[in-house]
Amino acid sequence: MSNRIAAARIQTAPGRVQSDAAWGVILVIPYVVVFVFVVVYPILYGMVLGSNPDSYRKIFSDPIYLRCAWNTLVFLIVAVNLKLLLALFLSGFFYNTDTWIRWVGIVFLLPWAAPTLPAIFSIRWMFNSEWGMINNLLFRLLGIDGPLWLVKPNLAFLLVIMTHIWKFLPFWTIILLAGRMAIPKDHYEAANVDGATRLQVFRFITFPALKNLYITSTLLSTIWSVGDFNSVYLLTGGGPWDATHVLSTLGIRYAFNIGDIPTGVATVITSLPLVIPIVVVLIRRLGRGE
Amino acid sequence: MTRVLRQVRLGLIAVLVIVWTGLPIYHMVMLSLTPQTAAFAGRLWPDTPSLENYRLALTRGHPFLAYFWEQLLNSVLVAFATCALVLFVASTTSFALGRLRLRWAPMISNMALFTYLIPSAFLAIPLYRVMGQYKILNHPWSLILSLVAFATPYAIWVMRQYAESVPYELDESARVDGATVPQIFWHIYIPLIAPSLVAIGTYALLLAWNEYLYAFLFLSSESRLTVPVMLGHFTTSDDAPWTLMMASAVIYSLPPIALYYSVRRFMVTGLTAGSVKS
Repeated sequence: MSNRIAAARIQTAPGRVQSDAAWGVILVIPYVVVFVFVVVYPILYGMVLGSNPDSYRKIFSDPIYLRCAWNTLVFLIVAVNLKLLLALFLSGFFYNTDTWIRWVGIVFLLPWAAPTLPAIFSIRWMFNSEWGMINNLLFRLLGIDGPLWLVKPNLAFLLVIMTHIWKFLPFWTIILLAGRMAIPKDHYEAANVDGATRLQVFRFITFPALKNLYITSTLLSTIWSVGDFNSVYLLTGGGPWDATHVLSTLGIRYAFNIGDIPTGVATVITSLPLVIPIVVVLIRRLGRGE
Repeated sequence: MTRVLRQVRLGLIAVLVIVWTGLPIYHMVMLSLTPQTAAFAGRLWPDTPSLENYRLALTRGHPFLAYFWEQLLNSVLVAFATCALVLFVASTTSFALGRLRLRWAPMISNMALFTYLIPSAFLAIPLYRVMGQYKILNHPWSLILSLVAFATPYAIWVMRQYAESVPYELDESARVDGATVPQIFWHIYIPLIAPSLVAIGTYALLLAWNEYLYAFLFLSSESRLTVPVMLGHFTTSDDAPWTLMMASAVIYSLPPIALYYSVRRFMVTGLTAGSVKS
């Protein structure tokens, strides 16, 4: 009986490989179709749209663009690193297994679970300098007129950064927490026996174990944050006086508010010198399984 | 003593975390309970809280909300269509790539992950034009297809990570018993990766329900909008009733929050699977 099965397997082996390959093609087709029509073709089409040198002359002579390029850089450096550092710190907090800390964790996930738009509009109203809750509290508790939050460009941009962190901090905290959970417990026990201080435990056990995950997270978060349209558009709309735009909102502004699609595409293409090196590093890291 | 000190330190962090996280959410709920006439009072709690805004929202008692029910239905349809398509496309693809030992599988996987290396706001402008060429602008399909394209690579990745725990010998013995490839897919693969399907399904539902930018660009007539785009319209005029918007926003936010917390266990383990090699 078993001989017959073995014989059958040997006989059908080549046919099986062929039918596997055929089924493989059939099963992959739906995804490849979507990928070609919704990702590949629009990218190629975008390259064609963004290939006119006049568009670049136009944006490089536009003071709004220069301000926006600077904003994007500040946003990426400050928001991403502050967010990841806070996530690293809070992942240590949520590593504690006390029951009440689990309950805090449930509240902490709210920004991640709640839709973005209502939350950002809520922040926007709360920080309105005339009738918002924050300035009203400042006035009633301290008797001072609060700052003009969304009217002063720098303050408005600070709020954009805070909003971005508010929304995405839970996600990265979970990722880094998962990283901490994967560190074998006996490392910590051994450190305790040796009388290591908290700082030493972090420096010699936690950080070396999390380092690769932390760097990969920072790079991924940088790329995703270049595309963060909501935190800016819904909070300030790029204002006041177009001073808080980042590349993604300025691209949309050129393309749809002004109706100049090639310039809009050119605007986002100017971020490629920043994005491509990060992508190359990321692909190498992910390819090595980090 | 050190135990007390530890609790105080942790308690302090907890208070900061809760205030930071909860304030915008609290403010949203508070504003939704504030009568429209008191919207500009900036109080910590309204003097006369009422559910009037909710009544107005649910009975569409304001021009901004004329299509509120239709728009809720649109959001539901887009979310479920996206979810169903992502589950279908990602499960067939992850099965083909992970279980059939194809030579070209790694190429397809890398190609899929490449999608995430394009910042999503960047694809928006050419995609708008392309959707115009496909003649599906202002149609839910434009939104659904875009969302499927963005959700599927992650879905494939999570399912493949999950499927690694399913022994390949199961497939082998099924083949010996004469099972065909579709039978292995349907009777072995799908039941065994079911937990990851819950996580991915939820992920796709939330992604579609929350999407703003693409919906805002692709959909234009009022009866076809999804809820977030309609809410966004409130900011276009100065005298818009923000308290009413917040009530509609709370109604719109409840389903995803409820869903997220009811499947939270699956989400955290499912979606972080493979992000950490232990």
